[in-house]
Amino acid sequence: MFRNQYDTDVTTWSPAGRLFQVEYAMEAVKQGSAAIGLRSKSHVVLACVNKSNSELSSHQKKIFKVDDHIGVAISGLTADGRVLSRYMRNECINYFYSYESQLPVGRLVVQLADKAQVCTQRSWKRPYGVGLLVGGLDESGAHLYYNCPSGNYFEYQAFAIGSRSQAAKTYLERKFETFMESSRENLIKDALFALRETLQGEKLTSSTCTIAVVGVGEAFHILDQETVQALINEFEIAGEEAPADEAAAPDQADDSESSATAADQVTPSDPDVAPMDM
Amino acid sequence: MGGSYGSTLRYKSVERLKPVGKHSLIGASGEISDFQEIMRYLDDLILSDNMWDDGNSLGPKEVHNYLTRVMYNRRNKFNPLWNSLVLGGVKNGQKYLGTVSMIGVHYEDNHVATGFGNHLARPLLRDEWRENLTFEEGVILLEKCMRVLLYRDRSAVNKLQIAKITEEGVTISPPYSLKTFWNFSAFENPTHGAEGSW
Repeated sequence: MFRNQYDTDVTTWSPAGRLFQVEYAMEAVKQGSAAIGLRSKSHVVLACVNKSNSELSSHQKKIFKVDDHIGVAISGLTADGRVLSRYMRNECINYFYSYESQLPVGRLVVQLADKAQVCTQRSWKRPYGVGLLVGGLDESGAHLYYNCPSGNYFEYQAFAIGSRSQAAKTYLERKFETFMESSRENLIKDALFALRETLQGEKLTSSTCTIAVVGVGEAFHILDQETVQALINEFEIAGEEAPADEAAAPDQADDSESSATAADQVTPSDPDVAPMDM
Repeated sequence: MGGSYGSTLRYKSVERLKPVGKHSLIGASGEISDFQEIMRYLDDLILSDNMWDDGNSLGPKEVHNYLTRVMYNRRNKFNPLWNSLVLGGVKNGQKYLGTVSMIGVHYEDNHVATGFGNHLARPLLRDEWRENLTFEEGVILLEKCMRVLLYRDRSAVNKLQIAKITEEGVTISPPYSLKTFWNFSAFENPTHGAEGSW
């Protein structure tokens, strides 16, 4: 995208019918660190890469609990994400106060999208620079939505946003048809595998990622570090020593499916080659 | 079916049972104009719910809670809606029955009543209600309660409606009357033994 005379404010159309400021906001989402979401009939898993400014600082919080039945993973301007999470929490609380029942996630995302749209049609505002993967439950089961700075939202079986998300999307595209009937454990495993794809050969450990789950009968919560590390070890997703481990270890996995997946998992024999360059 | 004007039963064909959305039924007692206002609030609520055009809908629990908030907030402003409401419904196989009063007191139970029904009907229901009553048995039990209320009211009219709500929907019966018996010998000469009264 090159700078041009139609991109100064959000209320100016380009001759080609584009709003450049909105598109630049979507660019900000692509620069953020990766966030991934997948869902089955009964569960949604959100996963994200932990990015921190330096070794001295803590990493940014990218997954927020919105209510017992809804959580969100963000990518882009974290401050904008925090503000929108607060809005979402407020909406859920207010709905529960009036109706003593949970705000359906489908309605929350519409409200969020309408809020984002306002910022694309006021000269004194700017679009939110954050993409949100909203995972939640309503009467019809588990849902995963992606809310865009443009005010659009889509429902997904699985999706990834942020930098190097294409690698994760490629993995998800191969596997997504199995997700609807997937068990909770396999869903988390697929999330971890997809997350590893975005790390581009870097080692996947519980300190470089955050995983959260919500499901029927299971309130939204972020898995603690020990649990995540145990899952990484169990599924042998660490990454760098992958080829040797997968050849030796399938019998340690609890279900035969994970060994089958380990067998077809394309792992880089050369850690410098990105997984998607096959 | 009555609408009062002070202590007079002035309007004798007022429908006090109304469906709300797909899943609920409301019954009201008290000031009819306030009930009409409540129905407008509920119609707006259901309309907004339908306008989302998604698979979700407000069930009886949500409607009951909404009404509780309305009644309680009005009471706090010293401008109550002068009604006692009964809210029942079925959604996704779950049955619900609750009540809200004009001051916002609300609760759920297997049987509820407004006004004098709490004193005359609830004791009967407490003795005779069972989880597995059939519809016909339920009607007989309710008619027994209504008969007692009719006999003991100084200004009631023998005209009532019964409503049924199931997963399939709401049906409200047309108005009908209960069989009553007034030919007790004591009623023939009521002032016998009280000389001077009439």
